[in-house]
Amino acid sequence: MADLLKLATAGSVDDGKSTLVGRLLYDTKSVLADQMEAVERATQGGGDPDLSLLVDGLRSEREQGITIDVAYRYFATPQRSFVLADTPGHVQYTRNTVTGASTAQLAVLLVDARHGVVEQTRRHVAVMGLLRVPRLVLAVNKMDLVDFDENTYWRIAKEFAGLTEALGYAEDAVVAIPLSAKKGDNVVLSSEHTPWYEGPTLLDHLESVPVEGADHEAPFRFPVQYVVRPRTEAHPDYRGYAGRVAAGTVRVGDEVEVLPDGQRTRVEGIDTFDGELEAAHDGQSVVLRLADDLGIARGALLAAAGAPEPVTEFDATLAWLHEKPLRPGARLLLKHGTRTVQAIVGAVTHRLDTEDLSVVEDPGELGINDMGQASLTVSEPLPLDPYDEVAATGSFLLIDPQAGDTLAAGLVGRPLVARPLEVR
Amino acid sequence: MSLDTTALPAPTDQLDALESEAIHVIREVAGEFDRPVILFSGGKDSMLLVHLAAKAFWPAPIPFPVLHVDTGHNFDEVIEFRDRVVERYGLTLEVARVQDYIDDGRLAERADGTRNPLQTTPLLDAIAEHRHDAVFGGGRRDEERARAKERVFSLRTAFGQWEPSRQRPELWNLYNGRHKPGEHVRVFPLSNFTELDVWRYIAREGVELPSIYYAHTREVFARDGMWLTSGPWGGPRDGEEIVTKSVRYRTVGDGSCTGAVESTASTLDEVLAEVRESRLTERGATRADDRLSEAAMEDRKREGYF
Repeated sequence: MADLLKLATAGSVDDGKSTLVGRLLYDTKSVLADQMEAVERATQGGGDPDLSLLVDGLRSEREQGITIDVAYRYFATPQRSFVLADTPGHVQYTRNTVTGASTAQLAVLLVDARHGVVEQTRRHVAVMGLLRVPRLVLAVNKMDLVDFDENTYWRIAKEFAGLTEALGYAEDAVVAIPLSAKKGDNVVLSSEHTPWYEGPTLLDHLESVPVEGADHEAPFRFPVQYVVRPRTEAHPDYRGYAGRVAAGTVRVGDEVEVLPDGQRTRVEGIDTFDGELEAAHDGQSVVLRLADDLGIARGALLAAAGAPEPVTEFDATLAWLHEKPLRPGARLLLKHGTRTVQAIVGAVTHRLDTEDLSVVEDPGELGINDMGQASLTVSEPLPLDPYDEVAATGSFLLIDPQAGDTLAAGLVGRPLVARPLEVR
Repeated sequence: MSLDTTALPAPTDQLDALESEAIHVIREVAGEFDRPVILFSGGKDSMLLVHLAAKAFWPAPIPFPVLHVDTGHNFDEVIEFRDRVVERYGLTLEVARVQDYIDDGRLAERADGTRNPLQTTPLLDAIAEHRHDAVFGGGRRDEERARAKERVFSLRTAFGQWEPSRQRPELWNLYNGRHKPGEHVRVFPLSNFTELDVWRYIAREGVELPSIYYAHTREVFARDGMWLTSGPWGGPRDGEEIVTKSVRYRTVGDGSCTGAVESTASTLDEVLAEVRESRLTERGATRADDRLSEAAMEDRKREGYF
C-alpha cells in the first residue's frame, strides 16, 4: 500500500503559502464539491477561485488574510498519503511553526521570487534545522511575477543553500523548485515557462522523496504511561506496563533497565488486545509484562541496557514559545516522556541571531520566538538521550507551573547551528 | 531524478499507526487526569473511541464513564445501540438531556426546531456537575476548516470556551494537560483519522455500528438539498412531499437536521466504496447546522460545543 509523508509548510506573510496548499489540494482532486462551492462563494470580486480560502479556517485568518494557527490537511495520490501541517508565517506565530515542524519529515519553505530569502525565511529554516526536519524544499513562488527569470531563481536557490549548509543539511536533502502557486506552474504539472528547470514538480518530489521511517535499530526506549491492573475475576493478578515504543525494538526475553532507578528485569510478554506479540517496534502501543515486580509507576522509562546515566544537571537547546521571557533562576516544570519534574534555570548561555545565523553569547534572557541554550537543574534524575540519537527521549517541554502554559520546546545536546557563520 | 528504492523502509500500515497514536493519547489522559469522560452519542466516531479505549486498557475494563448529550431528537436504532454498547463494555452512562432544559425554561426551542446548537449548555453543566477534567471527543481534523486547527489536547476555559489564539503549541508526542481548577481539556484521539480511515478501520476491526449507517428503506422528504425524515421533532412542511427511498446516514445527530444520503450501500464494503467515491464532505452533505454560516463550526466551538 502507499506510504505516508508528514510535511510542514512555512513562509512569510504574503508568500502565497495558503494558495500553494490550496493548489496542491485542488490539483490532487482532494477538494470536495461542497468545499469548492464555499470557496467560490467567498472569493471576492469573482474571477478564479481564491484557493487560499480552502485552508484558512478561522474567521480572523480570513479577515486578516493570514494564517494564524497550524492547520492539518490530509490528501493522497496513488503513490502516497500526505499529512500536511500548514504553519503560519508571521513572526508572532513562530510557536505554531515549531509545532508543525516537530513531527514533520519534510518542510516546504516558501519565498516570494520578487523578495528572495528574507528574515522570516532564515527564522523558519533555523527552526526546521533545529528540530532536525530531515528534508527541505525551497518553493520559489510567484515566478510568474518575475517573468520566470532563471537568474532570479538561481540567486535565491544559492543563498538558501548557504543557509542550509550552515545548519548541517547535506546537499541532497534540499531541493529548490521554481513555481507559481496561483497559476499552477511546477506544483503538480510541469511548467512550460521554465524550460531551463530540469528538476521535479513539487508533487513529483513529495511523491518520490525517500521517507525517513522508524529506525528499528535505535536503542529501545519505552516511557511507561499507565500500569494495567484489572483485578478482575478473569485476571486477578495481571500487572502490565502500558506505553508506546518511543524508539527501537523490544522482544520477549529482552533484558531492560528501569530508569531512572537502574534496576534490571526481563520482558516476559508483549500484550495487545489482539493477542501476544514476539516483538514491538518504534511507534507501537503495547503492554509489557515484566519478570519482576519492581514497583514501576507512570513516569519510569524502560530502556535497553547501556542507556546514558540519568542526570540532574544538563545544558539544553530551547525554542522559547511564550510572551513571558526566560530568565536565569526561573522555576518551571519539565515534561520528559511521561515524567514531569521541577526544573530551575541556570545561566542562559547562547542565543541564535536569526538575522544572520550567528550565535550571541550570554544574552541574559530568551524572548518569545528566540532559540538559544541554557543550563537546567531538575529535581529528579532524568534519563536523557542526545536529541540527534533518540529524538523521543532527547526532547522535552518546559511548562509554567502556575498557568500551565507550554513555554518552550527543549532539545538535549543539539547545537544551535552546525557551523556558526560567526560568533559574536 | 533517480530514486534509491532500497533506502525506502517497509511501508508501515497507516491504520496501525493511527490506532497506536489514538491509544497513546487515551492512555496519557488516564495517566494525567482524575475524572475523564468519553462523549458517546452512539455515532461511528464515538463508537470508535469506545473501541480504542477498550484496546488501550485490555485486559482491564475501560476506566472512564461515557456521557451522552441527548437532544431528544433521536433515532430509535441509535439509542438502542447506545444502551447495548454500555451494557457490553460495562460502562457507566451519564446522560445530559436538552429536553430537561427546555421543559424547565433554561433553554428555548429554536424557531427552526434544531437542537444541535442547544447541546452546549447541558454539556458544560454535565462537565461541571461531574467535575470532569478531560473530555474525549470523536472530532477529526478532516471534518471541517475550524476543526483542522484543533489540537489533540485542547484547553477549555471555565466557560468551556475554545480560544484559538491561545492554543498551546503541541510538540512531538508530548501532550500538556495542565489546567486550572474549573478548566478542562477536550481530547481528540481521532484527530488524524480521515472519514475514509474511520471506515477502513471499522471494517478491519469489525466494529458494530447503528443500523442506520447502512442502506435501508425510509420515508423521507427533501429540504435544503438533504433528505430528512419525520420523527418526534416534526415532519414535512407544506409543499414537502414524502417519498420512499433507499438511504443511509453518514453522520448521526439531531434527527431534525441530520440528512440521509441516497445509497444502496448495505454492507461495509459497499459503504467503503461509496466513501471513496464521494464528492461531498460528510458534514456538508448531511448537517444543516454546519451550513448556517461560513464560520458556523468555529462559532459553536468557541462557545463550548464539541
